[in-house]
Order: sequence, then C-alpha cells, then structure tokens
Amino acid sequence: MEKIPQKKIHQYLRHDKKFPHVWCAGCSNGIVLGSTIRAIAQLDYKKDDIAMVSGIGCSSRMPVYVDFNTLHSLHGRAIAYATGIKMYKPEMKVIVVTGDGDATAIGGNHFIHAARRNLDLTVILINNNIYGMTGGQFSPTTPIGARATTSMYGNIDPTFDICRLAKGSGATFVARTSAFHAQEAQNFIRAGLQHKGFSVIEIVSACPVIYGRLNRKGDASKMMLWMKENVIPVKAYEKLPDDKKEDKITRGILVQEERQEYTEAYENLMQSLKPEAGDK
Amino acid sequence: MVKEKTRNTVLMQGNEAIARGTLDAGLDFFAGYPITPSTEIAELCSRELPKRGGKFIQMEDEIASISAIIGASLAGAKTMTATSGPGFSLMTEGIGFAKMTETPCVVVNVMRGGPSTGSPTKPSQADIMQSRWGNHGDAPAIVLYPNSVKESYELAIRAMNLAEKYRTCVVLLSDEVLGHMRETIELPDLSKIKILKRIQPSIPPEWYKHYPENPKYPMPMASFGEGYRYHVTGLAHDSNGFPTNLGSEVQSMSVRLQKKIVNNIDDIVQIESFQMDDAKIAIFAAGITSRAAKEAVVMARRKGVKVGMLRPLTIWPFPDRAVKKYLGDKKAVIVPELNEGQLSNELKRVMGGIWNYDIRKTKNIIEIQKFSGQLITPDEILATIKEVK
Repeated sequence: MEKIPQKKIHQYLRHDKKFPHVWCAGCSNGIVLGSTIRAIAQLDYKKDDIAMVSGIGCSSRMPVYVDFNTLHSLHGRAIAYATGIKMYKPEMKVIVVTGDGDATAIGGNHFIHAARRNLDLTVILINNNIYGMTGGQFSPTTPIGARATTSMYGNIDPTFDICRLAKGSGATFVARTSAFHAQEAQNFIRAGLQHKGFSVIEIVSACPVIYGRLNRKGDASKMMLWMKENVIPVKAYEKLPDDKKEDKITRGILVQEERQEYTEAYENLMQSLKPEAGDK
Repeated sequence: MVKEKTRNTVLMQGNEAIARGTLDAGLDFFAGYPITPSTEIAELCSRELPKRGGKFIQMEDEIASISAIIGASLAGAKTMTATSGPGFSLMTEGIGFAKMTETPCVVVNVMRGGPSTGSPTKPSQADIMQSRWGNHGDAPAIVLYPNSVKESYELAIRAMNLAEKYRTCVVLLSDEVLGHMRETIELPDLSKIKILKRIQPSIPPEWYKHYPENPKYPMPMASFGEGYRYHVTGLAHDSNGFPTNLGSEVQSMSVRLQKKIVNNIDDIVQIESFQMDDAKIAIFAAGITSRAAKEAVVMARRKGVKVGMLRPLTIWPFPDRAVKKYLGDKKAVIVPELNEGQLSNELKRVMGGIWNYDIRKTKNIIEIQKFSGQLITPDEILATIKEVK
C-alpha cells in the first residue's frame, strides 16, 4: 500500500474553525472520514469536481469538514438532492454520506429508487444500528432484542440487511466492511467511486456512547474488537457451521456488475432526439 | 408543440402555458411526480426538455422531486416542479429548505379541492394559506396567481425570474379550471421576453460568501463545480454557510430572509385594478374567480351600478398598500373565493385599522364562498352586488 502524504490528505479538509468535530469520543465516523479522504486522495480527484451530500444525523455532519461542494440536506433526502446534482452535472463525482436511519427508514424510498435507476452515486452508509443524533432510538438496522431509548424492553422490529436491500433494488456495486477494517473501507470506497453506476458501501460502525452503553457492549475499543471478530469475509462466513453464523456479519464486495447508468441513458435519449444532418 | 414559424397565435391549455413559459424562461431541469390536475406540466416538460438539452426526471415522490430540483439548482440549473394540493403539502419541508438556503426554484401548485385527497378534478383556491405558511418556521413567500392562459405563460416566466433574482423558492398557483382551460394566446417574440440569467460571482473564490451581509438583488450565486466551494445547510448558518448557534448570527440570518422580500415589495407585488376609479363597491378576487368577478363588474356597470375589481397577481407578499389605497374608501368589498375565507381574512387583517371591527363583517366585507368544487358565477356576484345597500 502506497503511503499518502499528510499534506495531500489535509488539502481536502476545511481548516478554518471546522475542527474539532462534533462526533463523540470513540465514534467511528472519523475513521470513515479518514478512509473516504484517503480514497479520494489516491484517485487524485479535484476538489471542485466533488459534491458531498448528506441528510441528517451524526454521519451526515461529515460534509462540513471537507473542502468540496457540500450540501447538508434534509433527513432522509440526501440521495434525492444528490440525484438533482448528478442529473444536471453528470461530470461531477457525487458522494452521499448517510446513516442507517437516514438512508433506510425515512430515506428508504429514495435509496431503492436511485439503486433501481443505477444513477452514478457513491453512497457511503455508516451503520451504527441506532439513531445517534436524536439520542438513541432504534433504527431499521437495530438487531432484534437490542435496547434503544424507544425499545428499552428489547427491539421487536425485524432488521434490514442494507446490502441485500441495495442488491434487490438494483445497485450495481455493493460492498460491506467495518470501521475496524479502515483500510478495506478505503479500498471499497475507492472502488465504489470508480464504479459507473449506483454504489453502496456499508460500513458497520460503533456508537459506544449510546448503542454500546445501552447494550453493554463495552467501551469503544471493545466494540472495535467485536467488529474485528464478527465482521468476517464472505468466504470465511460460508465455511462456518450454521449455528455459528448467527451473530456474524459478512464483509467484502457483494455485488459488482455492469448495467446502463442513468445519466448515460438520458444522454443517449437526448442524442436520439437530435435532428439528423439533412433533416429539415 | 407548434413550430417556431407559427408560434405567434396558439391555442393552449393553462398547464401547457406554464410549461411553455418556464421553458421560454430557460428551464434546465424538471423533477416531478404525477398528480391531477397538474400532470400536463410534467408531460410537456418530459417531451420538450430532452430535445433542448435540459433534464427531466420523474421521481419516486413529491419530496424527492423538490429535493432533486434544489440539488440541480445548486449545480446551476434553472429548475421547476409542478404538483397539486397533497403533493404540495409533501413538498413544504423542501420549500422551507430552499428558502433557508436561498436556492432558486419554482414550485407550481395547480390547486384542487381538499383537504386530503379531496376532489382531484375540481377547482379550489384553498391553498392560498398553505402556499404562504406551509413551511415550518418564519419565512416570507413569493406566490403568484394568474387568471388566464396568457397570464399563466407570463407569470411562469416571472416566477422563474423572481426565483433567480431573490434566490428563493417562488410558488406559482393555478387551479384546476385554469390549468385545463384552453384559450388562444399570442406568444411574444422570444427575443422580447425579459429573462434573468443567473449572475455568477466575479470575485476570486476565496472572497466568495454564499450569504453576503449586504446583498444587492439580483444576487450572484456560484454553482457547484465551478471553483467556488461552499457549504449549504438547512441549519441556521453564518455568512459562509456553516452551522451556527450564535444568537446574533441566527437572528441576522432570519432578518435577512425577511428583508430581501419586504424591502422589495414594490418590485414583487403586481395588482390589476379594473374600473376602480369611480367605484362605490369593489370586488377583491384572484385567479379563476376574478374572471367571474370581472364579468359581474361589466354586467353591473351596464345597469348603472358603480362597481370595480381589484385583483392581486401576487398573492404573497399580500398587496397591503394597494388594498388600503383602492379599497379603503369603498362602501363594501365583495370577496368571492373557492375556500372558507383565506383571502377575505387577509383583507380583514389589512383593513382592520381603517374599518370598524364590529360592522366590517356584516356590512363592509361581503364574502361569497364556495367549496363544493363548483365555480362562483358572475350572476351570483351580481346578486350580491344588488344586496349592497
């Protein structure tokens, strides 16, 4: 792995008054920010060419720290705002940073339809299994039985598998890893950015301050170790006996395929409507 | 669509005229979700935009539609969406965001009967208050309301221009009858239409403030991807666009949103006064109802009754000054409308200081209200005129 000079990474950050960030100690969001920036640095993208869009929530505070064209939109709507930017300026790299609640509860409709269109967006979905910013209510990815401030007797709502949801909706690049596997996260984000089409990179993350505390997961380092041991490669998962599979989460590139991208399809449509030479 | 050669005189529908108007005003991007009775606007845009290099996208819902047009507007596009009552309700959070972040866009609301699903194929004027107060929090609104196919075309252009000029979300109201009615209109020469192009900043990027302290309108606005990187958030923000909790900054941001509309009321407000000079009785009406009102004025004049009509083309900001000037000395003001008093209540607010509170409802302001999905007829207004003693 080539080493990226600090200077190169720092140029993508906003220096004036934007740090320290709002995230709690032990939160994984900073790690994901680091992976994202390093992926972008490796690809040498120009700052002007990138739009970073987010919705509402802890993860969605990321755009304020990065020196791109940044949009902190409404709860659940990041992908819809990003759709407007991408459709009008297909040449821009549009990155969506979102959380599990933001993308799959209130924003579920936009998530599945952008995937269906195969619009060229890169969605970095930080999954901490809880609504952090509003104080710890259960989200569509909170495991059954887990405690949240609105499920103090144990959550009874079945859980979304975000990657399966993305795949089923037509996303053409779907990958999952965890904040512990920061290097892999960086690689997947890079691959997602290079992929032409709708890409989703789910990053299992730790919220030690709320989720961890309510569910007795230990401090941030213990949650990191949990991710290390339980977020395992797909192949290793398949070899496990069924009774061991239950608590494990797979990581790896789960979908990678080619399908016509939406802005390209629209460009083709426009070309087909142009009067041909000689036509009157 | 008509060819350029024969474009002068054409028969078209109100909805079609709105689409034509915005297209002629330089519409680059339309995102929408089908809803009766606004759908023809989306249909026409879907046919025209790809031919002109513009973008059309049918989104998964109204919330997505308003979100997409705000995103596209930040990327530099002139944008519009069109909807009707229930869809407009869904869009209001986004409209608030556009106002808060000062992002130009136009939302067309072809009003239908409500509340809820109501009467999709029947006209209504019951979104006058929703168009003003739909978003949470304090924010002024610019809302236009034509009364003919020709004016639908003209105000569509004006809505686009005002959105760009004041960097805000402008609402264009219409109603089911106006939207589906066909009239022959004379389309102006494209070169003679005043179209406002978005002004790009001319200063170096490091000097650029997305929310300058003392803006002049039209205010320059940088687009995403053009070298001016800035932050946009629906949170209370400082002049650079970054979130702030500092009381003074939050307050000045709110004042700024108010001021840019309030200080430019003369530029924004348009009214039509018809036979008002010697009128003893006035009719105050907007949109489709004003056509019946005009007819009633003509009928009454024939009988020697001195009646006039005042019509706001700009519903919000409410034409307070014109209302006081034209209606203050009238014996009675008749307010016909297809709702339960949204315009007349506003009139009472303005006239409160001039007229005696106790008698104004019974004597001075006479309301004709219909919310059955039927229009108010000239005869009904005439009958009311006759009742004024």
